Amino acid sequence: MLSVSSSETAPAVRPSHVTRVAGPPSYWRLVGRRLARDPVTLAAGALLGAVALSAIFAPLLAPYDPTTGSIRLRLASIGAPGHPLGTDEQGRDMLSRLLFGGRMTLLAALTPIVVACVFGSALGIVAGYLGGVLNAVIMRVSDVLYAFPAILLAIAISGALGPGLGNTLISLSVVFLPRIIRVAEAVTVQTKSLEFVSAARAGGAGPWPIVRYHLLPNVLAPILVFTSTQVSLSIILAAGLSFLGLGVTPPAAEWGLMLNTLRQSIYVNAWVPALPGLAIFVVSMVFNLLSDGLRDAMELRT
Amino acid sequence: MGSLLFRRLLLTLPTLLGASLIVFTMVKLAPGDPISVLMPADAGQAEIEAVKQSLGLDRPLPVQYLKWLERILHGDLGRSIATRRPVVADLGDALRNSLALALASSALALIPGLLLGMLAAFKRGGPIDKVVSAVAITGVSIPHYWAGILLVIVFSVQLGWLPAMGGPADPGVIPYLRHMVLPAVALALIPLGVITRVVRSAVLDILAQEFVLTLRVKGLHAGAIVRHVLKNASPQILTVMGLQFGFQLGGSVLVETVFSWPGTGYLLNIAIFQRDMPLLQGIILVLSTMFVLLNLAVDVLQGMIDPRIVRS
Repeated sequence: MLSVSSSETAPAVRPSHVTRVAGPPSYWRLVGRRLARDPVTLAAGALLGAVALSAIFAPLLAPYDPTTGSIRLRLASIGAPGHPLGTDEQGRDMLSRLLFGGRMTLLAALTPIVVACVFGSALGIVAGYLGGVLNAVIMRVSDVLYAFPAILLAIAISGALGPGLGNTLISLSVVFLPRIIRVAEAVTVQTKSLEFVSAARAGGAGPWPIVRYHLLPNVLAPILVFTSTQVSLSIILAAGLSFLGLGVTPPAAEWGLMLNTLRQSIYVNAWVPALPGLAIFVVSMVFNLLSDGLRDAMELRT
Repeated sequence: MGSLLFRRLLLTLPTLLGASLIVFTMVKLAPGDPISVLMPADAGQAEIEAVKQSLGLDRPLPVQYLKWLERILHGDLGRSIATRRPVVADLGDALRNSLALALASSALALIPGLLLGMLAAFKRGGPIDKVVSAVAITGVSIPHYWAGILLVIVFSVQLGWLPAMGGPADPGVIPYLRHMVLPAVALALIPLGVITRVVRSAVLDILAQEFVLTLRVKGLHAGAIVRHVLKNASPQILTVMGLQFGFQLGGSVLVETVFSWPGTGYLLNIAIFQRDMPLLQGIILVLSTMFVLLNLAVDVLQGMIDPRIVRS
């Protein structure tokens, strides 16, 4: 039998999502339409956009320098003249510090998610597709890392390596990598056993076209949805590490660190110290709402 | 049943070994020379070598690991560098306090989580479901250390009802419980959200199955249907409970720090900042071992509830 060049035929048999039949309107268009009808997800998306913009343009938006303050203006209340969100224990403007703090927190939380998603998907798909010894090695190592509760693992690695943004990124990447590998491997094994993959293989498609055109389109959606559920945890952990003094080092502004240094001031001014935590909470909630909306729109169950 | 337990136990051993290897490596990767902490600054090279030899630090790493493992299996976790006390002794008290906190906050998370999750599933799509979903997503999104600080602001600073921090200074059950209320609530919020969500979705899955329709057609009353549904959803609920208990045990570092609760998390925090590596190793090893055994227990319980899991 003549083997047909897969680059010509493969896109033609490229399946849409598992539960959806291909053909117009496309799967992704349907997802978009469902998202557009979901006001909660849209609002969360808009809020995330605003947070992202305020983080990117923090130097332009912040009314004061985030690291210098005036001792005479310590712990001004919310609504104080010139300082709409008050000042911290060193008299630094809270609004400016929250704007700059968002940059650090988002950087420290999102980088590990991206790293873990890229490498975790690759390792999980390879393990799931090839199976055998490679699968055993990758999955056993993941199992061992998964044997630690997430927060404990993050704190243990950061604690051993010492404080600093770099070490936070390393420890959080190690926390999320095995989780994503496990999901990627599971969906790859599941998809590999479906009939259209056997059909493609029987049709003479090589390993790369099968992965590229048959596996990837079907496994990426569940992996991405799972990854999106982890962002909120990453934010809580990243800020949590700085809260413990293991993340970003002072005098830099970072939400977890701000919460920690302001913690002693609750007896003087109760509500200003609560602000950085509120910021962490809002962003974490926004990511959870987005992830829920995305999962519903993609009709996936994770 | 015995064979299931045996097989799962066998599968757990490599995981525990791997975990011990990671804990060992983690400390070896840590910056800073462990000897320099022990020695006076003016110690000569010969003295340093002698101490290294006496501690076995001149041996190859695999040998050091095996020696370390051997000592651990004999229940010796080494001595804390700061206090010179055996790590096992420090850990014992801390573990009791952490377990008490984890149990209390588990109860606070599990009971309302089960009720809310079931309620939302049975009233799917209605206003109750919407409210419960909002509560659940707030729970899973809340940074628990911030929740702890808010609780202190409201209940200690503003209202003055409950102590803000510290372990119980005076003996007795009541002071102990009073100190435990706020940390337990703070630690319960995330698990409450997670459990509510998992129970809701598990119950919805079961409700969609045909046997439930059969039960209804048979004219079974609501209570009996709830019982059937709950039994069928229990493996999933058990899994999430196990994971969340692990979170409450291992993840209590942040909450214990906020409240200065004298548990393992607080001890871990001290170990990190005094760079007390034997203490750090001991705490993480013990907590991760407990987490692995907890998951083992959940696996076995699942098998007892649902024999289909054993067969597959």
